[in-house]
Amino acid sequence: MTKYFHSVTLNEEKCKGCTNCIKHCPTEAIRVRNGKATITKERCIDCGECIKVCPYHAKKAVTDPFEKINQYEFKVALPAPSLYGQFDPEFSRERILKALLELGFDWVFEVSKAAEIVSDASRQIIEKGNVKKPVISSACPAVVRLVQVRFPNLIPNLLKIESPMEVAARIAKHTISKERNIDADKIGTFFISPCAAKVTSVKAPYEKNESYVSGVLAMKDIHIKLLEKMKNIPNDIKSDLVSSGADGVRWASSGGESHALETNRCLAVHGIHNVINIFEEIVEDRLNDVDFVEALSCTEGCLGGPLAVVNPFVSRANLRIQMKRSNKDFSKENTATDYQNMLWTQDMEYKPILTLDDNMIKAMQMMQKLEKINDGLPGLDCGACGAPSCRSLAEDIVRGLAFETDCIFKLREKVSNLADHMKAFEHVSMPQKEDE
Amino acid sequence: MKQALWGQVIKVKSILKREYEIPANDFALAGEASSNVRKILTQLGVNPVIIKRTSIAMYEAELNAVIHGNGGKALVEIFEDKIQILIYDEGPGIEDIELAMVEGYSTAPDSIREMGFGAGMGLSNIKKNADEFLLESEINKGTKVYITIALF
Repeated sequence: MTKYFHSVTLNEEKCKGCTNCIKHCPTEAIRVRNGKATITKERCIDCGECIKVCPYHAKKAVTDPFEKINQYEFKVALPAPSLYGQFDPEFSRERILKALLELGFDWVFEVSKAAEIVSDASRQIIEKGNVKKPVISSACPAVVRLVQVRFPNLIPNLLKIESPMEVAARIAKHTISKERNIDADKIGTFFISPCAAKVTSVKAPYEKNESYVSGVLAMKDIHIKLLEKMKNIPNDIKSDLVSSGADGVRWASSGGESHALETNRCLAVHGIHNVINIFEEIVEDRLNDVDFVEALSCTEGCLGGPLAVVNPFVSRANLRIQMKRSNKDFSKENTATDYQNMLWTQDMEYKPILTLDDNMIKAMQMMQKLEKINDGLPGLDCGACGAPSCRSLAEDIVRGLAFETDCIFKLREKVSNLADHMKAFEHVSMPQKEDE
Repeated sequence: MKQALWGQVIKVKSILKREYEIPANDFALAGEASSNVRKILTQLGVNPVIIKRTSIAMYEAELNAVIHGNGGKALVEIFEDKIQILIYDEGPGIEDIELAMVEGYSTAPDSIREMGFGAGMGLSNIKKNADEFLLESEINKGTKVYITIALF
């Protein structure tokens, strides 16, 4: 396993070196150097903001190719609940799941079912009161990484429970290997994902050694294929693949997880920059009245994921109709009898990304220099130097990664000074003439 | 005596010095200074627990200057081993410091309490989080809050 695997990557050919991504990155992980964006791997949390804002589509999320499913004897699709929002509500959930089978999968296990199980386990854990309040959901992997690199004080607040994706993959593998007597290694579990960070959390999990998920397929890659398959499936088709109620489906949008928890004092925040604001308030003890915080990196939650197809506000409207049609009984049936095996087996370690130097005295000296450089910069945060703000350029300079003349205003100042110097020589007569 | 304590510490030159304006009656901006200091301390690699104590203590003092002192200034100095914060205002001053220190005692008007502030926990919260804490106040002249927190 590589130390830093990231799903979010750059296509250099398409990158024009503009300032859109550097301006939106919540961890200031991107710089434009020599006309191309570069991502600092230690800082990237795979939130996918850069994928969403890049006008040239130069940022992409690496997912698995569909053909990978053929490497397994038995193929299970794990559709994220956000998938149901990607189609007109005229398509029933039964029809969508049936189309997944037509696509080549042998079975479908709804991640929304696992979400209901996780909800029940979360309720039990919170009731026990062992987690520091406000308890912060760990459902969004980009948010968990954000906590890891920027909010060490909030690590004890994280609800250290597996994500619905992991729970779904585990149950699916166990069920199939038991019922059909197939070796677990030969069962492929494929998450149909709206999310880039999920790819990273499968390839390089933070909560345990290895993921139960065999591969992650981008929702946008199979969207059209599903539409084609659905043409030949009647809308009123019956299917026993539907196994979750509205509670699990609602997880796709912001507020879904907290709704299923039935906790009164919960707060649902979405959009990574909003999440940062809320976390800063928690860190300063200003949100003491809240028991549970559901924080999702994307606007509108997973529906707004970088690999989703439909506008998140439209998909939320679609999803609402799907939820109305859901059978309530499922939500009651999907419980966690033993949540112990759903807990993280690895503890989370703080990975500071902002520290200037490991030696604090040296860091202080660097900070002193940084402040001085920053005071001399124009403060326009124009991004033309390739850093998101004047302060981050100052930071790069003291780290030895950039020069003051990367700032076009500083450069202009220097050139103008140079011109003044040259002008001063205007009236100086040439020494050769004196020799004559 | 009180002056001597402060006078003693400023003899050693600080490595970093920052000054912040605290606006009067602006709750949206209150906390900006402490938030800035938190960012600096994070970049210095200060222990997260100490950062938290610093920002809570400073935020409370900042808030007091906003609510009671018609705004003021924050002076932050970082030394090799400690951080010193002075928050001062030229507001009405505190009549009875001992009483003001009592948990739950508050002179904040209802309008401020309705916003969830002014619960009378501010000063004791500063004291709880600071390693050294000193309050100086003079009626009709202003209030000075000195906070020292050891970095190790």
